[in-house]
Amino acid sequence: MHLLDNESGGPGLRPAAFTKASSVPKILADGALPAPSMDHLDELEAQSIYILREAFARLKKLALLWSLGKDSNVMIWLARKAFFGRAPFPALHVDTGKKFPEMYAFRDRFSKEWDLDLKVEPCPPIDAVDPTLPPAARSAARKTEGLKWALTKYGFDGLIAGIRRDEEATRAKERVFSPRGLEGGWDVRDQPPEFWDQFNASPPQGAHLRIHPILHWTEADIWAYTKRENIPIIPLYLAKDGKRYRSLGDQDITNPVASTASSIDEILTELDGTKVPERAGRALDHETEDAFERLRVAGYL
Amino acid sequence: MNMILPASISAMPNGTTSMPNGTTRPQVRIVIVGHVDHGKSTLVGRLLHETGSLPEGKLEMLREVSARRGMPFEWSFLLDALQTERDQGITIDTTQIRFRTRSRDVVLIDAPGHAEFLRNMITGASQADGAVLIIDALEGVRDQTRRHGYLLHLLGIKQVAIVVNKMDRVDFGADRFREISDEISAHLTGLGVTPTAIIPISARDGDGVAEHTSRIGWYRGPTVVEALDALEPARPLEQLALRLPVQAIYKFDDRRIVAGRIESGRLSAGDEIVIMPAGKIAKIKTVESWPVTPLAGSHGAGRSVGITLDRELFIERGDIIAHAGATPRDTRRIRARIFWLHDKPLSKGDQILIRLGTRETRASVVAIEKAVDPGELSNEETTAIARNHVGEIDISLAQPIAADPYQENPRTGRLVIEVNGRIAGGGLVLSVDAGQRAVPIDIVPVESALRPEERSARYHHNGAVIWLTGLPGSGKSTLARALERRLFSRGGSPILLDGDTLRAGLNNDLGFSPQDRSENIRRLAEVATHLARNGHIAIVAAVSPSIADRAAARRIADTAFREVHVAAPAEVCESRDPKGHYAKARAGSLPSFTGITNDYQSPTACELKIDTSTRSVADATDAVEKMLAETGILFDELTDLAANI
Repeated sequence: MHLLDNESGGPGLRPAAFTKASSVPKILADGALPAPSMDHLDELEAQSIYILREAFARLKKLALLWSLGKDSNVMIWLARKAFFGRAPFPALHVDTGKKFPEMYAFRDRFSKEWDLDLKVEPCPPIDAVDPTLPPAARSAARKTEGLKWALTKYGFDGLIAGIRRDEEATRAKERVFSPRGLEGGWDVRDQPPEFWDQFNASPPQGAHLRIHPILHWTEADIWAYTKRENIPIIPLYLAKDGKRYRSLGDQDITNPVASTASSIDEILTELDGTKVPERAGRALDHETEDAFERLRVAGYL
Repeated sequence: MNMILPASISAMPNGTTSMPNGTTRPQVRIVIVGHVDHGKSTLVGRLLHETGSLPEGKLEMLREVSARRGMPFEWSFLLDALQTERDQGITIDTTQIRFRTRSRDVVLIDAPGHAEFLRNMITGASQADGAVLIIDALEGVRDQTRRHGYLLHLLGIKQVAIVVNKMDRVDFGADRFREISDEISAHLTGLGVTPTAIIPISARDGDGVAEHTSRIGWYRGPTVVEALDALEPARPLEQLALRLPVQAIYKFDDRRIVAGRIESGRLSAGDEIVIMPAGKIAKIKTVESWPVTPLAGSHGAGRSVGITLDRELFIERGDIIAHAGATPRDTRRIRARIFWLHDKPLSKGDQILIRLGTRETRASVVAIEKAVDPGELSNEETTAIARNHVGEIDISLAQPIAADPYQENPRTGRLVIEVNGRIAGGGLVLSVDAGQRAVPIDIVPVESALRPEERSARYHHNGAVIWLTGLPGSGKSTLARALERRLFSRGGSPILLDGDTLRAGLNNDLGFSPQDRSENIRRLAEVATHLARNGHIAIVAAVSPSIADRAAARRIADTAFREVHVAAPAEVCESRDPKGHYAKARAGSLPSFTGITNDYQSPTACELKIDTSTRSVADATDAVEKMLAETGILFDELTDLAANI
């Protein structure tokens, strides 16, 4: 095992972009607004904590979906903050069995260190999945099936999931409290209204809710917060031999992107300039125009 | 193993001013609204292009998609990412997308213009600091333009920029622009909204979006990008009085933490606070957090906090914490201006669920006024508020709540209305009538000297009305007596109200006509409710054959009501005949006897149904006890109830 220091990027790597941003306080000073007591990350954090506490207050049986990636790690961190140290619901890992070895090592270690009530659920074999889906989407759909099994087994009425609006266009349409049908499906056409942080939290008997506490975060927010809070990460996110993973899924359908970013600071600099979408390395997003949407309507995250 | 660990947990940097990705730039959320097909999605696509915010490959993908569908290049495809939308060519849901201007990070919320999807427009617009209202230069102001304008006002959005789009279709004529500009200004000013800018553009060609072109050479105002740059992020809440709606009370360890988000104002350890609506006073002992705790200093609006108090007192989700001398009002009566999104119009007398802050309470609509369609020019008033319409309503609440008029506090001065577990409408609190109750003017009810929680603490239960309904001989009295014994032995205060027993005294003026039966039920319900309000569990055993009568009883007892259908097949009941009534009825000496005349209406939605022909008395008593525990009547210790966990 080798340990890397999050700060190892060092202060020398502060990019030029920041110099531009520093002119902002001057622009603000012209107006009547007082200096904000919360920065952007504070606001994101407070909103996520509010959502997690609403979910815990209003649902009977919650679980947090832990995919082991950067987003769900931030989510677990937020849950620990919301509930003063320990998440009061299980962390559910729907395991395709095809994750990277580094991911399993991470899971085994931090489920203990974070005192998580870890539940690992296997996915069904590939034959059990809709054969009309393109190959990578079909492979990912196994996870949806595994999720349905877990729902039946434990009877959860709420699943906390770490999706974000900026990841993908269909996810941008999501509600924070998003009702799912009896089969776990998402009815895009009939989403209930949601405003003023008042959430629809009464799923019909047998159905469940998806709760999205970090829907309003961006990829850069996740990294900036991970750095600020010193949240451990899987090293696959950092560049090795000119490549790194921006998003981690199953080993066989996730590809690294070209990158030299070997620290979180460098990742943030890289994101500041990139126009390559986050899920570019996810094969399933690119098979057909609507493959990802079909997955989501069926209950994929 | 191969992983990355933080250098040290204690090294918590407390500022992010140096984030390289510019996350500390001011962020404004802007919603783009307007009539369907006036070009919202096109404007968004164009804005992303002009500000260099499009992801790599997206433009090519759009070209491909358009070509495959045999359509000319469409900017709107960018946002209308869903298959269903591409097919119909309209935005169904709200989408958020980000880009940057010179001085701002902008989150653009694209909201559907189609009347069908007003709920989605509201979902999007409610999150915005400012709005862009788009109008087609050729079509001019339409019903959705007016409706969206009205809703922006109801949602409390004051910064609105107007964009007159498709100027290319009117040959960039300044006269047509002025005509539309005058009409929309008049409409918005009437609602108290002053546009920050009115801009002529062509979203398709780019005129007026990021630059002035010669085609709109007569226009001197800002471009769309400049207008967005001038909108301010909203942040005045810290200056208002403290409002901390309680989300939950946690007892994960020996701390009792009251958790919630500060909606306005500030708080620190040591502050004297008042817990509303009950008006109890305490002091903040600590402000708790994780991993570092407790926190020092002052905490302002927007923070999600956890506090401990200097004394143990009953506090629950929905209460609002404020500073002494600046509390919200406690009330059972509210007047609100609302928009309605449900298929079934809202009418006088409707039973609804109100959510205000973290409080939820049942309520009924006492009066409806000024119900209009904000899309129409003429304000024709109606008696019910139809879908997508607005109006003012008086609401009577089942329990007192803490609230502010919206002019005093926008956060605790707004509410949503739920019907069948789904948000059906929402609006602003216009006025709060402190302590007003619907009683005749010369009756002055005297309140008990004891507070409900004092009794609950002693009895380990809340007040309730357990309404046992069923055929004569179904076992109501037997079950009622067993239940009475059970509750009494666990230290509770059950009181049996048997229908026949009360007919011998209080109700001896009543017979068995439908009117007399209704009055019999009303009196039973009133007496039972009085007992329940004072912390007792009233066990009512009454045939109560009419669904309408039982519904009336439920309205009287409200949230305390628990209906139990004591069901047994008619033959079984008749064979039991504990009072000899079936025999008399068969002999013709007992007219209107429910067991024989077959006029018993079974409950369709009761809390519990028990078949006494297949279950023992003890078993049936267990079932009722379990239901009472699950529905919040029985609890083991007061602290457990308070902890919500």
